[in-house]
Amino acid sequence: MARVVITGSGAVTSLGRDAAQTMAAMAAGRVGIGALDIRDADRLIAPIGAQVKAWAPETMFTVREISLYDRATQFAVEAARQAVAQAGLDLPGEMAARAGVVLGTAGGGLGTTDDNYRAVYEERKDRVHPFTVPRLMHSAAVSHLSMIHGLRGPAFTVSTACASANHAMGLAFQMVRSGAAPVMLTGGAEAMLTFGGIKAWEGLRVMARSGCRPFSLNREGMVMGEGAAVLVFEDRDHALARGAKILAEVVGFAMASDAGDIVMPKQEGAEAVMRAALADAGMDPGAVGYINAHGTGTQANDRIESAAIRAVFGAAVPPVSSTKSMHGHCIGATGAVELLACLLALKDGILPPTMGWEAADPDCLEDVIPNAARRAEVEVVLSNAFAFGGLNAALVLRRA
Amino acid sequence: MTEIAETVRAIVAEKAMVDLAEVSGDLPLAALGMDSLAVVETIFAIEEAFDIQIPVQGGDVGSVDLSTVGAMIRAVEGLVAQKAA
Repeated sequence: MARVVITGSGAVTSLGRDAAQTMAAMAAGRVGIGALDIRDADRLIAPIGAQVKAWAPETMFTVREISLYDRATQFAVEAARQAVAQAGLDLPGEMAARAGVVLGTAGGGLGTTDDNYRAVYEERKDRVHPFTVPRLMHSAAVSHLSMIHGLRGPAFTVSTACASANHAMGLAFQMVRSGAAPVMLTGGAEAMLTFGGIKAWEGLRVMARSGCRPFSLNREGMVMGEGAAVLVFEDRDHALARGAKILAEVVGFAMASDAGDIVMPKQEGAEAVMRAALADAGMDPGAVGYINAHGTGTQANDRIESAAIRAVFGAAVPPVSSTKSMHGHCIGATGAVELLACLLALKDGILPPTMGWEAADPDCLEDVIPNAARRAEVEVVLSNAFAFGGLNAALVLRRA
Repeated sequence: MTEIAETVRAIVAEKAMVDLAEVSGDLPLAALGMDSLAVVETIFAIEEAFDIQIPVQGGDVGSVDLSTVGAMIRAVEGLVAQKAA
């Protein structure tokens, strides 16, 4: 089996316009959450989010591209451009025929859906823009990345709600490890900060009104974010042969389902996926130096994730943080943005904090790296994603 | 040139991503580098601009001649006149 390394990273988030800016913001404990600047924000109960501000697609894309790219696709295209540039990838014909792309998204082109529903239902229009379908389909970003970068191997979108990006990256990892593809672009993209997107979440009564405080006794729910992160996963031999700089190695992945409830997480499922990911990496829990939690800031997730981590790691729970406190819950892209937090820990020895933490909850973990980053040399990190509907996916990474 | 012709030419120039000066009446749309996606987007923009319905569906251009910029302008003028009648 091939060893799988990460040779490129790109991002567009509320914290920055690339991976380096996003990681620097995480290290500085900067919070990207603020007042939402969207149409009809005054009708929202909780009009806050981690929005990508001052996004100006007309300065980055042609008129034709903008007419075909939903905001989520725009984020993905820009993040992939950065990742491919950092990796210095120049795929020869026969290699590109096997290289591919797999991204996660929960909502696809939601802005496009929102705008066109408004047009036909609210404005009573009888026609919509001709590219409404190719803009809103969940697979649009993947198709554009394959076209832009000439990737002719496996290309598809994974949609498993809040675990989408972790599932996508796990499948990319498996494909490179098995030899099915020498290189995969992978990660996730989401732009759900639309009026309809937020209203739907408000309906569930899980949205925080004042801020995101994962694992804190006074936490009041989740805050939505948006953005994309794209990574280049590559066969280690391939990367070494072309002299690529290696950012980290992906060593384990597992997916497991709760088979429980459509919204409530289950401790057994969370435990099972962490144990299975570590087993896939051939590692004991004691090897892990940092866990990037799913840590949504909801009552249920943080309590149950804490209990699951305690059950797996026993008396030696490593430092854990939820970077959603800074970049918000980027839904189907969140695992990819959180992989950048893992790279920060492995590459730079900086454990990103859980911001907004105010008071200990006995039902939650003791050390969540509250409110300030911490220096620590770590060899191995674990990144959790637990989606609605009990779809869990965990990745294990090692320092290069 | 009529106001309709000016508007159609401006839309074609925008969707073909060319200078307005390049959009002359006898030019086939393909000569402006317009592919099928650009054509459907142009049709949509023209329908929005004039509040008309250009009878094109499923690639079937039917009775409407949209082969050149000039033909497109005449088709739009006809449809606008029908709407007014």
